[in-house]
Amino acid sequence: MEKEAGPVTAEARPDGPWDEVPAPGRGERDGAGVGVAPRTAGAERTAPRAAEIYRDVHDSPAFREVRRRYRRFVFPAAIAFLLWYLAYVVAATTAPGLMARPVAGAVNVAMAAGLGQFLTTFLLTWAYARHARLRRDRAALELRWDTQEMTRGAVR
Amino acid sequence: MTGDHQTLALLLFSAFVAVTLFITTWVGRARQGSAEEFYAGGRLFSPMENGFAIAGDYMSAASFLGISGLIALFGYDGMLYSVGFLVAWLVVLLFVAELVRNCGRFTLADVVAARMAERPVRTALGASSVTVSVLYLVAQMVGAGSLVALLLGGTSDAARSWTVVGVGALMVIYVSFGGMRATTWIQIVKAVLLMAGAVALTVLVLARFHGDVNALLDAAAQRSGHGKDFLAPGLRYGGDWTSRLDFISLGVALVLGTAGLPHILSRFYTVPTARAARHSVVWSIGLIGGFYLMTIVLGFGAAALVGSAEVRASNASGNTAIPLLALDLGGGEGSTGGTVLFAVVAAIAFATILAVVAGITLASSASVAHDLYASLRRPGRRKYGEVAVARVAAVGIGVVAIGLGLLAQNLNVAFLVGLAFALAASANLPALLYALFWRRFTTRGAVWAVYGGLVPAVVLVLVSPVVSGGPTSLFPDVDFQLFPLENPGLVSIPLGFLAGWLGTVTSPEPPDEAKHAETEVRALTGAGAA
Repeated sequence: MEKEAGPVTAEARPDGPWDEVPAPGRGERDGAGVGVAPRTAGAERTAPRAAEIYRDVHDSPAFREVRRRYRRFVFPAAIAFLLWYLAYVVAATTAPGLMARPVAGAVNVAMAAGLGQFLTTFLLTWAYARHARLRRDRAALELRWDTQEMTRGAVR
Repeated sequence: MTGDHQTLALLLFSAFVAVTLFITTWVGRARQGSAEEFYAGGRLFSPMENGFAIAGDYMSAASFLGISGLIALFGYDGMLYSVGFLVAWLVVLLFVAELVRNCGRFTLADVVAARMAERPVRTALGASSVTVSVLYLVAQMVGAGSLVALLLGGTSDAARSWTVVGVGALMVIYVSFGGMRATTWIQIVKAVLLMAGAVALTVLVLARFHGDVNALLDAAAQRSGHGKDFLAPGLRYGGDWTSRLDFISLGVALVLGTAGLPHILSRFYTVPTARAARHSVVWSIGLIGGFYLMTIVLGFGAAALVGSAEVRASNASGNTAIPLLALDLGGGEGSTGGTVLFAVVAAIAFATILAVVAGITLASSASVAHDLYASLRRPGRRKYGEVAVARVAAVGIGVVAIGLGLLAQNLNVAFLVGLAFALAASANLPALLYALFWRRFTTRGAVWAVYGGLVPAVVLVLVSPVVSGGPTSLFPDVDFQLFPLENPGLVSIPLGFLAGWLGTVTSPEPPDEAKHAETEVRALTGAGAA
């Protein structure tokens, strides 16, 4: 809380190969700020409480869209990789015959499945990072600024 | 182990200690302690730096020596550890890293307590975090002790005990003088060393087989004495149903435990934003995945080049497979190359243990000062600065870990680590996930989730074959064993989730909708993040 300025500058600076510009035409930028505006509008109004602001942002379509995108990716992906991992562990302990079947040369099903776990982990990591960068980051950032702008004058 | 090895290994190890002490004093100069600085290192590390530091925090000696050793002895069954340790990072990446960075300031309890009555939740999570950390610490200390005994010759108990004391004292110095900034740099140095060592050995192994992995596997299967069975599951965990269930229990604990480890979670606070936290996890998954792939090559390489029987003769649990492999790759016993490689590997293993120990000590001192002291301090008593308390706590935890490390010297390191993972998954993970994703979660639910996972996990371990009733138990002479599995995860993790649910639905207070809205907005957007 003490360092409001630090994150701001750091966020603006590209810091890795993930930070390409999001693909054009996705339209998150315009959608993001709109639904959140009402509380800042009335100048006569006494400053709203921070809790109300968070409530409003929480109910705004822009936030719901960010949350929906996050959950639509994360929950199915998590179920998939956990099931795949569990199947792998259970098969290793209950079906050694199947796992010992040769595939190519000295490599058998078990070995291939183990390496497959590595591969799927890398792939899912890449897919998640890409999804977050293209589908979520910009909208989330806009919401962050809007929210912080509104809470600046708010009563805690 | 000849004198040459020892001298060179000691020299290299002293160099590492000197470098890290220099780092500690260098980054600690003229930075007198804000909590921000001590716990989070100023929050301005880059994703790449933090990714290396996370990898350094995670790849303990148990990974480097333990997994390769298990593969050298049991072939495929050892590889299952590598897979579990890596896949666990997906849980961290998808559910934890960004949201924790956005919602918390220094510890795990920050995230959960933000929605709840602060005091009981903080106390519960502080207690469970310290318990997990101390167990993990003891594992590292035990590992340090046996490593010294094995690598520097002289299996005398005195040498072991002094190593444990020395390692403990060093880490307390690192942590209390350097805080998070020094600890992070030590992790980075260690991660680079460890990766370089692993890459060098892997290249040498593959070069020996002219890059033909098939030939490597065939040779490993042949020299292991098990033939083709060596490459398939079942050598270690293929016995009765108890051992199979035990393995599944371990597998579940490994994959869910990482996301509840306090010293891993606190690493996300050292970067400026949630996006940087995500990128650091991507870096660390790349590093950790590459490293575990190499441990597989090294394990099979040790089986093929050194031979399973020789590995077992040197150390019954396989911990010396990698040093022996290094000796062989360098040209064998007595050659200069062998001596140098052996010493380098030994020094890297020490560096690994030291760095991991420093990371955990820092995280647990944060739990003591930021969570336990802050919530248990009697109002009206004199209030000490949080950082001062954390420094004292680091010393206290160091003493406790040294004491337990001396007591537990004969326990298996990999087992202790598995236990710490099971505790983290049972006590910390349910509360964390509920707090982040469940609208109706209440204070009672949070407290029940923590104790409902922690207490069964600890009790089940106490009545397990690890403590009593078997030839390899801590107390082989008495028998109060009631629970057949060594790892409690399969039972205690669901109990933790169940207790959290039960506490929430029986809770008389309504859930705080406004706080939930705030948590969700902050978690996903980063608004108001520290």
